[in-house]
Amino acid sequence: MSTITNIVAAGLGGQGVLKITDILADVIFQAGMDVKKSEVHGMSQRGGSVSSEVRFGEKVNSPMIPAGEGDILVVLDASQLDVARPVLKPEGTVIAPADVPTDKLSNPKALNVMLLGALSAKLPQFPESLFLEALKRAFPEKLHEANEAMFKLGRNQ
Amino acid sequence: MKLFASGNEAVAMAAFDCGVTLGCGYPGTPSSEILDEFSKIGGTAEWAPNEKCALEVAIGAAYTGARALATMKHVGLNVAADPFFTIAYSGTPGGLVVISADDPGMASSQNEQDNRRYAAAAGVPMFEPADSQECYDFICAAFELADKFRSPVLFRMTTRVCHSKCLLERRFADQVMAKKSTAFTRDPKSNVMVPAFAKLAHKRMRADLHAMQELNEQGAYTTEKCASAELGIITSGISYQHVLDAAPEASVLKLGMTYPLPIETIRKFAAKVKRCLIVEEGDPMLFEQIMAAGITVENKPEAFRFGELNVARVKKLINGDLTADPAGAPGKPPQLCPGCPHRKTFEVLRDLGCIVSGDIGCYTLGVMPPFNAIDTCVCMGASVTVGLGMRHTLPEAEARKVVSVIGDSTFLHTGINGIVEMVYNRPATGHVVLILDNRITAMTGCQENPATGRKLDHSPAYAVSLENIVRGIGVDNVDVIDTTLETEKFAELLKTRLASNDCSVIIARRPCILAMAKQAKMGKN
Repeated sequence: MSTITNIVAAGLGGQGVLKITDILADVIFQAGMDVKKSEVHGMSQRGGSVSSEVRFGEKVNSPMIPAGEGDILVVLDASQLDVARPVLKPEGTVIAPADVPTDKLSNPKALNVMLLGALSAKLPQFPESLFLEALKRAFPEKLHEANEAMFKLGRNQ
Repeated sequence: MKLFASGNEAVAMAAFDCGVTLGCGYPGTPSSEILDEFSKIGGTAEWAPNEKCALEVAIGAAYTGARALATMKHVGLNVAADPFFTIAYSGTPGGLVVISADDPGMASSQNEQDNRRYAAAAGVPMFEPADSQECYDFICAAFELADKFRSPVLFRMTTRVCHSKCLLERRFADQVMAKKSTAFTRDPKSNVMVPAFAKLAHKRMRADLHAMQELNEQGAYTTEKCASAELGIITSGISYQHVLDAAPEASVLKLGMTYPLPIETIRKFAAKVKRCLIVEEGDPMLFEQIMAAGITVENKPEAFRFGELNVARVKKLINGDLTADPAGAPGKPPQLCPGCPHRKTFEVLRDLGCIVSGDIGCYTLGVMPPFNAIDTCVCMGASVTVGLGMRHTLPEAEARKVVSVIGDSTFLHTGINGIVEMVYNRPATGHVVLILDNRITAMTGCQENPATGRKLDHSPAYAVSLENIVRGIGVDNVDVIDTTLETEKFAELLKTRLASNDCSVIIARRPCILAMAKQAKMGKN
């Protein structure tokens, strides 16, 4: 159990919270580790709080991260920090919009991709190329170029 | 083939690989993605108007020898309970698997009923998968069991199993079974449930359940982890995953087929440990059956009957820790979308001081501020009939304020009978039913329905006319209005109808903005 890494993404419906964890889980899957992803659907498109969890390591059992065991929390909306923080370890890392150059966003909708870039920098065990490939699989081709640029801005800030 | 997939996706893949000929269902969180996915990978799937219709269509297909799948959320099985209980007697020559996706914790439901009760109540064998891999493997096992015993099988999932994603070995991706050839064989003793035949069928069903228990004792669906002699835990479904993390030292008996139970296997396990604890989400279903068999085991404290379990709660459960769970900061609740066509409708209902009998759908969010305009919500279709009951018994001045609001998909689901009730047993003050027609089944992710003019896979279909239905039933007035564009006119119309003793239907028609965006995207692709 001690080898499990726990990542949470939190935001509001429509911000692309689930997309971040989809791409992250794809990266981990491609890297050949055990991974589970959990979230609650249903009301997510109605503007309410949304959070999604990814756990990875040698062997993952429960798909849900116990409170206080999150290693990294990515928040897409500052209002969700207090809501999601209890899942984080006291020494856990928060990645928030303030940590990335949001003034350089090509489109406000790409905030999730920029934050994914910042998250990727905290997970050096997965090469950047895996993220870039997973990013391409997750979006239509016309967005690939812009997404890569936003991802790199987040990763290299 | 190794994949990363949700439980719902795994069920769809397994159904496809098992040669399922037809999948039928009604959308309901957390089950909705199963049929969409089944259709996407090449299966034939349909949205029925409600779960009863879906199960009956699946039964018909299974009577011809085809493998059939019926999908629904937990409360959907209440609607389909009538055919479910009797098909348990008759069975079908083709395999029939019924998915019940339960929602412990009520992430998106009006109750957290535990549908494992249905297996015991109806006498139908049941599987409970604990992750996506088991969703795949147990669907295959369920169809094998159905073939062997001619019995329907209940496949009980929960929100976390449906929606969590994990690694999946799609074992039979390269050996997809051919769909079974179909024919109708006359066999009234098996298929016509009149008392004389049903008496025989009931005895046959009970005998089959004994044989299924024997089969379950052989261990193909059970996992046993032998560790501590102090603590043994018997568990099933998602709770198993939490148990592995919460009590790595414990011996664990994990049950895959939870009705009928492998009681002798359980008896042996319980005898090996000093303390034998049952960890299950929801009702004490395993506990009651095991105790009834004369095996002494420990139940979870009542506090753990509510909501979902997780690793922390399972730790507390094991330690008998009854302190309250930490209350997190409240998240932002969902709300009607900006631009939602229901917004203006609820503003008018609020401003006119109506007593609003509500129903199940996005529009239930009309209960939230700034609208505060839903006064009751029970189950699918209840808005019409609950409103009628209030009209019958309230003093006249209050009765005149009662309005029933129901969505298009919910109206077709179980609202139509309420309109028949309205014109047959007319309240003295008449009644007003508002059909909030946003041209889609929005709440569950914008699925098609019989009025949208498109089938499950979005191909063209006959579009059922809501106004023709209510006219045909014989209501006094039918009006169609866009309450966003003609808010004032709508308020005047509603006032007129409420003041009369007529039975009126007003169809508030304007497409869901989420559905329009989705359809525009589909059009482009």
